[in-house]
Amino acid sequence: MQHSASRLLGLIPTLLVLITIAFFLIRLAPGGPFDSEKILPPEIKANLDVKYHLDEPLLMQYFRYLGQIITLDFGPSFQYKDWTVNELIARGFPVSMTIGGLAVLLAFLLGTLIGIVAAMKQNTGTDYSLMGVAMLGISIPNFVVAPLLILLVAVYAGWLPAGGWDWSVQRMVLPVLTLALPTTAYIARLTRGSMIEVLHSNYIRTARAKGLPELLVILRHALKPALLPVISFMGPATAGLITGSVVIERIYSIPGLGSYFVQGALNRDYTLVMGVVIFYGVIIILLNFIVDLLYAWMNPRIRYNEVQ
Amino acid sequence: MALSFVSLAACRDKDGEFVRPPENRDQPVELVLLENGRPDPAVLAEDQTVIRGNGEEPQTLDPHQAEGVPSANILRDLFEGLTTEAANGDIIPGAAIRWNISRDARTYTFYLRRAMLWSNGDPVTADDFVFSLRRAASPATASPSATMLLPIQNAREVLADELPVEELGITLLDEYTLQITLTGPTPYFLGLLTHPVAYPVNRRNLEEFGGEFSRPGKLVSNGAYVLKDWKHRVSIKLEKNPLYREAEDTIVNRVVFLPIEDVSVEVTQFRSGALDWTNEVPNNQFAWLKRNYPDELVISPWTGSYFFGFNLTVEPFVQNPELRQALIFAIDRQIITDKVTRFGEQPSFALVPPGIEDYIPFVPEYADWTQEQRNEEARRLYEMAGYSDENPLRIEIRYNTSENHKKIALAVASMWKQVLGVHTTLVNEELRVFLQNRQQKIITQVFRAGWISDYNDPYSFLELFRTGDRRNDYGYSNEVFDAMLLEVGTERIRARRSRLMFEAERILLTDFAIIPIYSYVTKRLVDQHLKGWQNNVMDHHLTRYMYKLKSRATRKTEVSETIVREEDQ
Repeated sequence: MQHSASRLLGLIPTLLVLITIAFFLIRLAPGGPFDSEKILPPEIKANLDVKYHLDEPLLMQYFRYLGQIITLDFGPSFQYKDWTVNELIARGFPVSMTIGGLAVLLAFLLGTLIGIVAAMKQNTGTDYSLMGVAMLGISIPNFVVAPLLILLVAVYAGWLPAGGWDWSVQRMVLPVLTLALPTTAYIARLTRGSMIEVLHSNYIRTARAKGLPELLVILRHALKPALLPVISFMGPATAGLITGSVVIERIYSIPGLGSYFVQGALNRDYTLVMGVVIFYGVIIILLNFIVDLLYAWMNPRIRYNEVQ
Repeated sequence: MALSFVSLAACRDKDGEFVRPPENRDQPVELVLLENGRPDPAVLAEDQTVIRGNGEEPQTLDPHQAEGVPSANILRDLFEGLTTEAANGDIIPGAAIRWNISRDARTYTFYLRRAMLWSNGDPVTADDFVFSLRRAASPATASPSATMLLPIQNAREVLADELPVEELGITLLDEYTLQITLTGPTPYFLGLLTHPVAYPVNRRNLEEFGGEFSRPGKLVSNGAYVLKDWKHRVSIKLEKNPLYREAEDTIVNRVVFLPIEDVSVEVTQFRSGALDWTNEVPNNQFAWLKRNYPDELVISPWTGSYFFGFNLTVEPFVQNPELRQALIFAIDRQIITDKVTRFGEQPSFALVPPGIEDYIPFVPEYADWTQEQRNEEARRLYEMAGYSDENPLRIEIRYNTSENHKKIALAVASMWKQVLGVHTTLVNEELRVFLQNRQQKIITQVFRAGWISDYNDPYSFLELFRTGDRRNDYGYSNEVFDAMLLEVGTERIRARRSRLMFEAERILLTDFAIIPIYSYVTKRLVDQHLKGWQNNVMDHHLTRYMYKLKSRATRKTEVSETIVREEDQ
């Protein structure tokens, strides 16, 4: 418990380092938020700089920013002038989290199932074909899968909409599938590998010797240890999926968080990039923390060490 | 269901590409126009909703803060300036019913229509325009588009905070009359007034909501439509404004603007029937679109030029017109527009694109030569400049990340290689890095350039090359050219002004300051049901001119209708 609390406190210096590096890095990038091919007359540029405090020394801007984010205010977006960064994140994140969360869930359920089946039928035709498909899932990038799915399912068959967003299930199906595919495949291979290892261990042999049916052996004894590597993979994978994928968002026209990050960086929308970076930072740190807790719960050896 | 099955069965053409059979797309009924030029109500669809692909998410719907094409498309539907545009792009009376221009062409007196209302019921008065133009020019607003206001007297000083905003050259004469004074004759001024930065905003609306006035549910406007809903990066919905002066003649009831950043996504959305109008189409799908959507594909000239710039401040281009000329000559523009860009772009030897009002661009003599002649001349000049196969020119072409720029640079490099033996290196940079390098004029040699004009006047292109202009990334400087531009700024006789600009363009081109390549076109897919719009060089399309035709009844529904009638009897 104490350990968890101190780990949570450790989040603050990590974030501070992250903020500092990100702040100065984005400022180092050539060009500014108001540069475009239509260069503004100096009078107009000066007015914009004053409005957004870009005329101040960089260090002063840095401390101004730190003071501002203590109150959890990320400021106005430079590019989307009608909205604050807080509002943009509050709009984008639920979308990314829904798509990403569903994809994680699907990938986890489907991936472990495929992995277990393949492990049980090790070196049979079933195993080879399942793993072949999984390898394909890992290798085909989603910017190929997504347009293909749209073409077949939306344009030719007309079963689902080609893109857009209104929180309806129909519009979620394709993006969730596309996003889940490579992760499913990866989890399947991971599960298969560790399951095979566990199935060859002594205590499983003991369980079998007791005359336990194979299904029970798997569910009661083998599943938990076999899932350990999957769990540690799930932390960063979940963070990656729920923070939004630019590719998926562009191809399906989904208003998620990923595009804000990339577009923000390309447009030198300083406040937006910083807001999203900090938000990502918090999420990734939190998820890793949760995975650690889960890991401890599932793996007695770690729990034992901690007590020591 | 049966239909979609058929389409899946028969969906490969001779190239093995998937094609949706054309019969799958509803065909509209024949358009019937009444005597007054309006469509016969009998041919109109019941649901008058238009869904337009609109490129990137607009930055803001505050007309004075907005910048860029996507927001302007929406603002043109929401607001109306003193002047407005007809479907063909002609400047016509908007909120002002008429105007007088003084003898020296510097003072414009605008007479507003009476009984115009804002969407909240307030009357639209001359004071609204005075208030709004001052707001747009105020340093506190920090409008990025305020450049458009610079022809107005004292605008530069007001923007620089050297004069109070009341000193801006705008005077309220009475409730329905106002006067605008300019620093010099500006024939395109009436066109500038159709730009969002010159739109009125409702003072009460702004005072009530401050910086949030441009949000849905709050925004008050005076145009044909009002803002109904704005879901960030999902859609912007407008609804017909019943208080608009021509509401009775406005047929489309609802407009939905969809921000779709990826052009190929727009095409799939169009094909699935989710869009009536795309913002663009991808270059690499030309042949396919031409084959499968010949009636929907619309291509039309646009006020933009694509060219390459020389950095004239560094070697090898300082004082070396022969070399520059050789490089200009050795490019086969026809191949670039036919094989690379492929959308009917016009190969160009000039700066100003065709189609600009009252102006015929300068066409150099070599434009009429065959490419073989130009190559011949290019080789001669290249040798004159001191280069040969043993001592070839080594040069960099710099461009910002884009498939199209890359392909064009590649084509140019290979033509230079083939004709002259030039060794070209392509340098790709992210946009803002590229822009900065271009501006610094230190490491650039040949670079991607181009210009799409905000207003219908050649001056917009020519002023980029004035000595000391912040956009003069070419380092071009010619006293005669500068003097001519200065004269253009004060010349009030249109024909003389055009002549001056023509001469200026001639000087620029005979100095071989740029490598003209082609002039832009707009290209998009438009559903056959959507009519009422017209092609225009500015690519401005107000939704209030549009209407949707109803679909031709398919045989199936005709049959079911007769059955119903029989049952009725």
